[in-house]
Amino acid sequence: MAKTQVPAVEGLFTMGDDPRLIGGKGQSNDSYFFPKNMGGNDPALIGETEREEVLLSNTGTIWSFTTSSYPPPKPYVITTEPFVPIVIAAVELDNEKIVVLGQMAEGITVEDLSVGMRVRMIIDVLFEDEEHQHMVWKWEPELSEGQN
Amino acid sequence: MDEIAILGVGMHPWGKWGRNFVEYGAKAARDALADADVPWEDIGLVSGANTVRNGYPGWVSGSTFANALGFQGAQLSSSYAACASGATALSIARAQIHAGVCDVALVVGADTTPKGFFAPVGEDERPDDPDWLRFRLVGVTNPVYFALYARRRMELYGDTPHDFATVKAKNSRHGVHNPNARYPKEFGVADVENSPVVADPLRLLEICATSDGGAALVVSSMDYAKSRGIKDPVRVAGISTVGPTYPNAVVDMPYLASDSWNAAGDAEHTFKRDIAQVAYDEAGVGADDLDLAEVYDLSSAYELDWYEYLGLCAEGEATKILHAGDTTVGGRIPVNPSGGLGAFGEAIPAQAIAQVCELTWQLRGQAGGRQVDDAKVGLSINYGMFGHGSSVICKK
Repeated sequence: MAKTQVPAVEGLFTMGDDPRLIGGKGQSNDSYFFPKNMGGNDPALIGETEREEVLLSNTGTIWSFTTSSYPPPKPYVITTEPFVPIVIAAVELDNEKIVVLGQMAEGITVEDLSVGMRVRMIIDVLFEDEEHQHMVWKWEPELSEGQN
Repeated sequence: MDEIAILGVGMHPWGKWGRNFVEYGAKAARDALADADVPWEDIGLVSGANTVRNGYPGWVSGSTFANALGFQGAQLSSSYAACASGATALSIARAQIHAGVCDVALVVGADTTPKGFFAPVGEDERPDDPDWLRFRLVGVTNPVYFALYARRRMELYGDTPHDFATVKAKNSRHGVHNPNARYPKEFGVADVENSPVVADPLRLLEICATSDGGAALVVSSMDYAKSRGIKDPVRVAGISTVGPTYPNAVVDMPYLASDSWNAAGDAEHTFKRDIAQVAYDEAGVGADDLDLAEVYDLSSAYELDWYEYLGLCAEGEATKILHAGDTTVGGRIPVNPSGGLGAFGEAIPAQAIAQVCELTWQLRGQAGGRQVDDAKVGLSINYGMFGHGSSVICKK
């Protein structure tokens, strides 16, 4: 029986055909936040107690990138033995002017990456247990026109 | 800002000793008291810098250290500001001295650290804690952030891994002269380049380790110093404990995202540029007045960022002053003459205090083989996760 796919943490992203990060936005200005209720407030929004919930751009450009070449400690769940280095990119989202960290899709190495490269968001497996696949957002290079 | 005097400094050597942190702090404190020649009974405030990895005693460090030395009725304070805790503890001592609460204070911090990467404290699931989320969802260790900044330097300024390795080699040449350093060993660029990659492009020898250690200061009012017959002590002339200004466009530990600079601010804004300015303003000095700086080299490449944040050179020019020898002992503005975190590893609550110990030894001319000639003004700077800036300027 196929395992059920569930978000690794609730409320941070949508799944399905057009997955998006779930962010916050000021009600009276265009400052964005991810996750919606985490990170510092824009002091201009001191009078607002609620952020508007918005779906963030699913494309952006790589701001910087690196690897986690040694196994991270818990609560990260190691899925491969031996450990395969994780490739991590910080991506500036197209519309929100915010940089979000995420793993690159499986099989991408740092040699494949450059600052300024176009990427898009996908949903992929972070780890599995007996019943579930725990899903998370990752980045993959955006194919330019003419590529498939 | 009125100055206070540094009467005594003391450290327990950095290492991986595996003993109770209280032992390191007590040793450092006894050394600082002896160095100051101040009786324990005179201490009116014990200002501790906390450790979060050693149970309850670590959270109430002011009491823990005072108790270890013997409760004698001093006032107590226990501070936590991540890596900036030691500077916060010093700032409280200064405030209490200026308020007239005490004449002389002991500032002390110590840590015992686990092996390997720092991980979130506690075993429970905490999806509302960014420090838990970054490990759980992406596997972002601290070196990942250092490497993102290093790669950014390569992109913006053309820096190379060879430049970064040169920083480590430089600091290791300083650290061999420091009896409190954990790694008093000279490493060449080739040694660095032959060590394994931790977070591309940074290698094992370029990443700050986690260490055990302890550091302490005895500080007083200028009048108390005079009453002890000390005419020309090293003085604390400025302390910055400044926090960020929105938006922080450079993603910082432990967050998964930067602030958005869509509505305000610019794409390269980071408050690390602002930390030193508060201390410069208090002390009435600028970058050109510094004779040395102890900076927070969590990675080799990070030291280059600090050159620019401190104004030691223009943006993007850090590798020029590095290769010119400006930041080596004997150069124009030696940086990390102690050997820095590269030679010490970090003992979190002790580190900012240890930086001030080094400034004191340098300004007194007691730094031995790593001595900066005729040092009169020194600055330390670091940064505590979640947005605690810290910088101290000392004068002689």
